[in-house]
Amino acid sequence: MDDGAAAMRSRGMTRRGMLMAGLAALPAGAALTVIVRPAAATPEAMQEAIRRITGGAPLRRGRVRLEIPPLSENGNSVACAVAVDSPMTAADHVKAIHVVTEKNPQPNVIGVHLGPRAGRARIATRLRLSDTQTVTAIAALSDGSFWAESANVIVTMGACLEDAL
Amino acid sequence: MTAFPREAFPRLRGEKRRPALAAAAAFLFALPAFAADIPLPDRRSGYAFMGPDTRAMQDDDTQNPATLAVLEGEALWARKAGAAGRACADCHGDARESMTGAAARYPRFDDASAGPIDLEGRIMQCRARRQEAPPLARESRELLALSAFVARQSRGLPVADAVAADARLAPFLERGRALFRRRQGQIALSCAQCHDDNWGKSLAGNAIPQAHPTGYPLYRLEWQSVGSLQRRLRNCMIGMRAEPYAYGAPEYLDLALYLAWRARGMTMEAPAVRP
Amino acid sequence: MTAQALIHFPKKARRGEVIEIRTMISHPMETGFRRTQQGEPIPRNIITAFVCRYNDVEVFRADLFPALTANPFLAFHTVAAESGTLTFTWTGDDGFRAEERAKIEVG
Repeated sequence: MDDGAAAMRSRGMTRRGMLMAGLAALPAGAALTVIVRPAAATPEAMQEAIRRITGGAPLRRGRVRLEIPPLSENGNSVACAVAVDSPMTAADHVKAIHVVTEKNPQPNVIGVHLGPRAGRARIATRLRLSDTQTVTAIAALSDGSFWAESANVIVTMGACLEDAL
Repeated sequence: MTAFPREAFPRLRGEKRRPALAAAAAFLFALPAFAADIPLPDRRSGYAFMGPDTRAMQDDDTQNPATLAVLEGEALWARKAGAAGRACADCHGDARESMTGAAARYPRFDDASAGPIDLEGRIMQCRARRQEAPPLARESRELLALSAFVARQSRGLPVADAVAADARLAPFLERGRALFRRRQGQIALSCAQCHDDNWGKSLAGNAIPQAHPTGYPLYRLEWQSVGSLQRRLRNCMIGMRAEPYAYGAPEYLDLALYLAWRARGMTMEAPAVRP
Repeated sequence: MTAQALIHFPKKARRGEVIEIRTMISHPMETGFRRTQQGEPIPRNIITAFVCRYNDVEVFRADLFPALTANPFLAFHTVAAESGTLTFTWTGDDGFRAEERAKIEVG
């Protein structure tokens, strides 16, 4: 347990290091490293949302590509696309794609239901992020398996807001 | 319920604001003040300071939320209104021809008020005089839709030098320039200190743009809606901790005139997207 | 005033071609988590569901939550199976309902 906690701390340090690197690069708006956190580090509400989606089935890494900027100019609108590696045939297709967040007031963002008639398992939308946090995309496949990818998004704050201070 | 709720969805109250305010205060004391105009070749649209995702939203009409306002404006253009039972199209015809470049020439001199009038003001005036219709409020969905539709017809065209075209605007231009340079509000900040002297630097998480009005009305992610230049100016004044003028105030018109003159020759990009 | 929607996809496609459909609709997507300046809670008002039907057969469905942006944008794909009509339906709080139809020609 102590080793685990030490490992977490160590990962945390690394993450912070990467965040700092990200913030340093902020004015340039350059492409940054996408930080993938272990699913175990996500808070309970997100875990519960994931359990409702998977029914407790294991969540595997891979097959899902989450396209989301590592740095967002405004948390009111963050472009997000999810693509799943699938032939989209009657025998082998993606049934659903879900996006969940760890720090928004509620974890669910969107859940879409599709099938072989989609031809391609890719959606694009825009979401709201209340703060810098991890976003997770989950794909439910026709064989009953669940796949996921996570990414950390840094949400920057503007200085001149319309609302009075 | 207020027209513009205090909190944008993701922003938490209190704690999240203070760093921004502290940053603003620190920024103020660190400000070099040159009070010099930006050389014409160095002028850049706010677009140049945006990230790739926000640019992509503006670049593609099918992804730009302001397109919804343009489509609505197009429908309103053809809809009869008021006691006169006239649509905009009944006098002006196809806006794609008649309104080409129109928005790029505003603010213009208005005989009735003997001062500058902006595009929204002209639409409101036309609606009252020609359509004899109930007035549209500033920032109303209908007025923003109509102005977005009209402004869209100037996209890609250069901002006209309205003062060169009409010398009666000259004194108002000077008033706008003075307002732009005047320190105001609780932190004694002027528009020029940010947008002439320190553009390109960061204020909290955002780059400071040069404040060119080439994209209005525009979709602002912060607002989660389309808004006018006057709303943006009001927003700036709140950021400067100054008392904003009421919508339609002559100060906004003078400032809008100065900003348009300052951006003369730059490319119109309405309806733009900004963070 | 009714909601303004924008639907974008190729109006002509080859049979079996996978086409992208982009949709956007004017809606505040009021989260229910905000308050007015007077401190009054602003009630939730969101679109909760979106459905795309291809000649009356459902080909795509989405459940929307408050974390989607105002004026929600959603792009997805479908196989151009036959000529006909695509129907897009958004439903939500306070009886919100909007429907758009668009033709597709498949050769």
